[in-house]
Amino acid sequence: MKQKFDIIESTCVPLPLENVDTDQIIPARFLKATTRDEKFFGDNLFRDWRYDAAGNPKPGFVLNDPRYGGCILVAGKNFGSGSSREHAAWAIAGAGFRVVISSFFADIHKNNELNNFVLPVVVSEAFLSELFASIQADPAMKVRVDVPAQTVTNLATGRSERFELNAYKKYCLTHALDDIDYLLEQKDKIEAFERARK
Amino acid sequence: MNTLFDKIWDAHVVSLIEDGPTQLYIDRLYCHEVTSPQAFDGLRARGIRCLRPQQIFCMPDHNTPTHDQDKPIEDPVSKAQVDALARNAAEFGLTHYGMLSPDNGIIHVVGPEKGLSLPGMTIVCGDSHTSTHGAVGAVAFGIGTSEVEMVLASQCILQQKPRSMSIRIEGQLGPGVTAKDMALYLMSKLTTSGATGYFVEYRGSAVRALSMEGRLTLCNLSIEMGARGGFVAPDETTFAYLKGREYAPKGAAWDEAVERWRTLRSGDDAVFDREVVFDAADIQPMITYGTNPGMGMPVGGSIPADAAKKALDYMGFAAGQKLLGHPVDYVFLGACTNGRIEDFRAFASLVRGRRKAPGVTAWLVPGSWAVKRQVEAEGLDRVLAEAGFEVRQPGCSACLAMNDDKIPAGKYAVSTSNRNFEGRQGPGSRTLLASPLTAAAAAVTGVVTDPRTLL
Repeated sequence: MKQKFDIIESTCVPLPLENVDTDQIIPARFLKATTRDEKFFGDNLFRDWRYDAAGNPKPGFVLNDPRYGGCILVAGKNFGSGSSREHAAWAIAGAGFRVVISSFFADIHKNNELNNFVLPVVVSEAFLSELFASIQADPAMKVRVDVPAQTVTNLATGRSERFELNAYKKYCLTHALDDIDYLLEQKDKIEAFERARK
Repeated sequence: MNTLFDKIWDAHVVSLIEDGPTQLYIDRLYCHEVTSPQAFDGLRARGIRCLRPQQIFCMPDHNTPTHDQDKPIEDPVSKAQVDALARNAAEFGLTHYGMLSPDNGIIHVVGPEKGLSLPGMTIVCGDSHTSTHGAVGAVAFGIGTSEVEMVLASQCILQQKPRSMSIRIEGQLGPGVTAKDMALYLMSKLTTSGATGYFVEYRGSAVRALSMEGRLTLCNLSIEMGARGGFVAPDETTFAYLKGREYAPKGAAWDEAVERWRTLRSGDDAVFDREVVFDAADIQPMITYGTNPGMGMPVGGSIPADAAKKALDYMGFAAGQKLLGHPVDYVFLGACTNGRIEDFRAFASLVRGRRKAPGVTAWLVPGSWAVKRQVEAEGLDRVLAEAGFEVRQPGCSACLAMNDDKIPAGKYAVSTSNRNFEGRQGPGSRTLLASPLTAAAAAVTGVVTDPRTLL
């Protein structure tokens, strides 16, 4: 959903696993929906890690642990690998997350998050492991993500890092504009390109 | 600099956004039923049409059953998704190969087979295995649904230009070693994120020696190393494959096209952002033991001591264990990875004169109706039937189990597909990725087997 980004301060949900693929984020059997129903996808986020076959919550999984909450998901490196399914980004957004912090994202999933106004924040391995430790020590600790300043801060330790975000995307995120809005204004350029090729 | 990737990409740049992405022109968009309905909804919500409908081709493949396709799909949710694609294609004036069309099949099998994917093109689809089309010498990559909507609306996409990577494989593959083994070997060496951020050009004598089908398999699996895409520069093998195909240029236009395509190669002075080299002689038939495609080893090998415990627990394996002789419940031949005619030839060559092992359920699913017709024309269906195998109807099938072809929880499947993620082939399923030959060897012995012992 299009929404403006500014400064987000929130507790975190930690998922200290590497190579979390999009089949785990949202299994294929939930891809049959023909609408972008974020609640449906959000309810099934990490379905097979979160619920048993009968639909009962699995007590060990972080989304079922009442100590953790907030709109920031913190995940191990290579988050979102595998299938290009944008349903994974819809599920993350639908579950109420606005930011995902990891040391490394798969390319397609990273774009999908951005296109759904979920901000992927890439941090160093050192920042990430300290953040996991901070959350474990105190699940109520918060992280501040300042989009205009492009900084992410672990408020428990004060450690802060700058994250990458190009000027174009930053403008889109802070003004709630998407790429299609931009492309639709480019029709003359597209037609000129096509003419020049012939 | 001066790589083939640069040449193709740069020739499609419509504009560069300052401190932002590139506006890239797309020659071909493919749409399947799973990742497109919300994009068409987006067009309707904005009240817009497709800018270049003649460059867009649609076909259902993920939900299609692999039997009785002439009857309505039983699962109402699957049926609704397949019907939505037909409706959307009609509303927006797009070519649609419906489930009953003789042109239907897996989108990544049909595109090259009909000559819709051609050298020098930019090609996208809401599917990570779009990298397959790189085999014809195109820049092809998977995208999300919002990006599908961008291309439907403007025939363009906004993308950061990936870095370039050369993967060179020199020498000759041994007997019984296939393009699939080459790809599984690369993933085991480079990991599932080893090529993230890069676009790969596959080079070297072992790549040149691959058939078009082999190149399609190799490029298909680029995404499993994290690469944005992967391609092989076009050569005589490419031209021989494409000549005469329905959408390939004809007559004088063909000659002109081939002349142009011959220039599509990286310069001798090309500089890649990253280069790796492998020796084809080091590659053996491969099998995976874990829950991502990078967790692979030679079929006769032992599971590494440092393999992730979570993955081994899921698979029911232990570090140090050998998989040779391990019982197999299911065998799946098919998918955009290995559902082409050469894969059926390989499978049939190994099972010829043998019998399917009792207790093994085998699903042989051609990638398209054209592949199925070719299997029958070559009499392979009879060879397979005599060995106890049935050739089903085309679709993605058990690769991701969106239709009825689901591997039951806890069962072991030797699969020629592309992903062994937890639950990929059905909740609780345990997938061992391998080549068609290794799958055939498992199918006739009932256990994990080195196919070279049966050649």
